[in-house]
Amino acid sequence: MRYGDHDVLSGIDLDVHRGEVVVLLGPNGAGKTTTVEILEGFRRPSAGSVEVLGVDPLLADEAWRARVGVVLQSWRDHARWTPRDLLDHLGLYYIPFTTSHRPRPVPTAELIDLVGLDEAADQRIMTLSGGQRRRLDVAVGIVGRPELLFLDEPTAGFDPQARREFHDLVHRLTDLEGTTVLLTTHDLAEAEKLSDRILILAGGRIVADGSPDALALQIRASAEVRWTQEGQRFVHAAADATAFVRQLLADHPHGIEDLEVRRASLEDTYLELVRSHLDGEVAHAPVGLAGKDG
Amino acid sequence: MSPRLHAAKVGVRRGWHEFVIGLRSPQDQGFYVGMGLGALALMWFNRDETFEGTPLTLPQVALPSLLAGIVMFAIVVGPAYALALEREDGTLLRSRVAPYGLHGYLIGVGTLTVVSLLPLLMIVLGGSALLFTDAVSADASRWALVVVTLLLGILANLPLGFAIGALVRRIQQVTTWGMLPIIGLAWISGIFGSMAGLWDWVQILAQVFPMYWLGHLMRYAFLPEAAVAGELYTAWRIGPGIAVLVAWTVLGSVLATVLVRRMARRQSGAAVAEARDQAAHQLVR
Repeated sequence: MRYGDHDVLSGIDLDVHRGEVVVLLGPNGAGKTTTVEILEGFRRPSAGSVEVLGVDPLLADEAWRARVGVVLQSWRDHARWTPRDLLDHLGLYYIPFTTSHRPRPVPTAELIDLVGLDEAADQRIMTLSGGQRRRLDVAVGIVGRPELLFLDEPTAGFDPQARREFHDLVHRLTDLEGTTVLLTTHDLAEAEKLSDRILILAGGRIVADGSPDALALQIRASAEVRWTQEGQRFVHAAADATAFVRQLLADHPHGIEDLEVRRASLEDTYLELVRSHLDGEVAHAPVGLAGKDG
Repeated sequence: MSPRLHAAKVGVRRGWHEFVIGLRSPQDQGFYVGMGLGALALMWFNRDETFEGTPLTLPQVALPSLLAGIVMFAIVVGPAYALALEREDGTLLRSRVAPYGLHGYLIGVGTLTVVSLLPLLMIVLGGSALLFTDAVSADASRWALVVVTLLLGILANLPLGFAIGALVRRIQQVTTWGMLPIIGLAWISGIFGSMAGLWDWVQILAQVFPMYWLGHLMRYAFLPEAAVAGELYTAWRIGPGIAVLVAWTVLGSVLATVLVRRMARRQSGAAVAEARDQAAHQLVR
């Protein structure tokens, strides 16, 4: 994917399996939205092949659309409508695409209940709070009972309570409906909580790909050891901090002071990973932290 | 029923729903009523004036032109604004997410445009029928002709509105590329007065566009036979008029479909976000 001469995305290799929750994690400008828009069929990639539910999204027909849910960021669209009217209306489009496995659309009352929009359901959309608006966006995304759901920064602007409720909702969708979810976020904790698999995107590349556990294990293995020796400060990054410290003290029985071992948090490592990629130091970054485990 | 046809019905309901929302808004109401009453008042104050040495009164001459002008203006500017605005605010993108949603959305915009025109038309036509008995005939066949002409005028102009809405980059450009050309077109099409003083090539240019013919057919429906003296080539050209309007309907629809498709394809969440950022930036300034 490129804008002009500038490659925004390159070398994105991504396989998502049915029923998986995959999180695209990365800082702003990492190419998350671009990736999602290509998959949604709203953007033409400059090169490469894309297949979603078995077809190229750009060539996909309307029946394909009925199987895919997209959560967009609302701004001022349908300002004078109420959430109930809008959901009723948008749901109508899905009626011809109902199947015995997936009755479409999801009844409006059920949707409103599911996203917790009860008290605001009959207010004009322009009077909704940011959080309520976001819930409506999610409801619109799932009104057609999608097999595959795209969520771009769904929890931006949520308070912790709303965030928790949203996470429950995603789990319910995947558990009850078997929905495959692709979600972007720049919140590491959210990615860790929701995903079966995390892809870290930085500088338009996937720099890490694995289950949250595998990723955490791999990343947390490194630690930082700091100490002072003869008035001089030393810092050393060690994969096995315990062994390193034992060796250090054995080599220097005297003169080691202010010894400090700090385990890098997942967050530290994520930030480090992202920073090194943004600086273009791709070579020594830990690519392929864990095997794809789907 | 095919999903496409189903979506068209959903679109009609959408347009109706938006119209009903508008009915509840005093702003929208004020616009229809104000425009209609304003036009009636203008004719009322000049009801005894005769028009440029003819035996016709000013309301008689003004009414057909006024109706043609209202139709042209509302039908072109309505979709142009809707498309420009709703592309930036994300309505269009949201419609693309649903199966045949864009199809339904466009039919919704068309429905809203046409239905919104009715109150204004009813005020002007009904008011004129009551106030200016010489301007509005009670003859049923004349009324049938008025209805057919209005319908043709709507169909011929609607694609033009969609095309302009698809072509403009910013909503402000609807004024430049939508409103101004229509005012100019109204000027050369004999809506604001006689075309007799215009250069030949301007007269010919005017006859390419639906507006002239809409006005011409309207005058034929409303004015006495003798008024033909004021027409180009001193003739009522009903057949050619209908043919031009039908041609605009067909060719315009094809053109508008291509342009709107192309425009819709270019919409993405990023484009909407960019428009949002620009709007926010303008507010800050």
